[in-house]
Amino acid sequence: MIDKSFESPSAAVADIFDGASVMIGGFGTAGMPDDLIDALIARGVGNLTIINNNAGNGETGLAALIKAGRVKKIICSFPRQTDSHHFDARYRAGEIELELVPQGNLAARIQAAGAGLGAIFTPTGFGTALAEGKETRRIDGKDHVLEYPIHADFALIKAHKGDRWGNLIYRKTARNFGPIMAMAAKTSIVQVSEIVPLGALDPETIVTPGIFVQRVVETGAQASTAA
Amino acid sequence: MNRLSRDQIAARVAKDIPEGAYVNLGIGLPTKVANFLPVDRDILLQSENGLLGMGPAPAPGEEDWELINAGKQAVTLLTGGAYFHHADSFAMMRGGHIDICVLGAFQVSVKGDLANWHTGDPSAIPAVGGAMDLAVGAKQTFVMMELLTKEGESKLVERCSYPLTGLACVSRVYTDLAVFDVGPNGASVVEMVDGLTLDELRRMTGVALTA
Repeated sequence: MIDKSFESPSAAVADIFDGASVMIGGFGTAGMPDDLIDALIARGVGNLTIINNNAGNGETGLAALIKAGRVKKIICSFPRQTDSHHFDARYRAGEIELELVPQGNLAARIQAAGAGLGAIFTPTGFGTALAEGKETRRIDGKDHVLEYPIHADFALIKAHKGDRWGNLIYRKTARNFGPIMAMAAKTSIVQVSEIVPLGALDPETIVTPGIFVQRVVETGAQASTAA
Repeated sequence: MNRLSRDQIAARVAKDIPEGAYVNLGIGLPTKVANFLPVDRDILLQSENGLLGMGPAPAPGEEDWELINAGKQAVTLLTGGAYFHHADSFAMMRGGHIDICVLGAFQVSVKGDLANWHTGDPSAIPAVGGAMDLAVGAKQTFVMMELLTKEGESKLVERCSYPLTGLACVSRVYTDLAVFDVGPNGASVVEMVDGLTLDELRRMTGVALTA
């Protein structure tokens, strides 16, 4: 019997190792899997490479992981915000490496990893500092930049409801990077407000089919706070 | 000279957005355009974090922090609106499905090059977000900005000195003093505020302008 449900966030993240690459869903705090991150902080491993759109907001989630000094490198599109003080401090102290990626290239590179593509040609960034040194090609009269997939050992994702096969639906704009990160990581770990029986999710509206998900943990409903 | 306020620039941009348009408004100044869209037109706003059919801010106390816009402000969804994941969102933006995007800028060149993500200050932490994708992917990219910096330097320039966001991507520039078309043939003046002459505008900007 396939049962991907785990009893607790700490059990679900128990094999995340020192130096792992970890995708974290969320755009600001919407979709940020706070319970899984709290469990990861409690686990104590560090030297992590984190892939997220931002670099932490406020005091919770990714911001707390950065504050705890567990992040060696972050791959993101928009680190600097009014409430990114924990990242800002570590970055200015030279304690965290930043790879800045245009947001659409970040999404496309994650999706390419999940889809088994060797690389993509994207028009985004051509002629800018973020494409310096990269291979380019003119295709149909338009200039493109060669970009490689972003893989990860783990993904930590927040979804709305899931079942024991790992099928997921999301809630509003908390969906954001969840579906493509679930595809791209070797082990995708999802916190949901509720694990429902098989068949309770309408197959016509399942957003992430369970094949992309390895672990589901029910953490109850909780409201995101302002970013 | 009758300089436009920021709200008046936003209203001027909104006037040029046609019925049926799919539009992305960049964070900052361009979000004001939403307040001036004609109510008799069906115009759908897209937000990069995964919604199409974005509605106005909710009443205080009604915020749902899982329903936000690119600027991470609480918003609402119009009836008929949709949610989607990030790869689909940027397929809309990069794939030419967005009719118009409106972005702020540090500088725009007369050829339509855009600089709006980084001042080049080595002590600044860079952030790019979706600006580079929008700049190259929308059918038309509009810029709205004040024409001059606080120091009086023109932000419409022959060549951008700040790091570029995209090459030859902007078609029209809305400012507090004039509206310009930019592109392969350089900059031309679409309209000016009352009391301003073409000669004065040329002197202020220091770039070649056709009428």
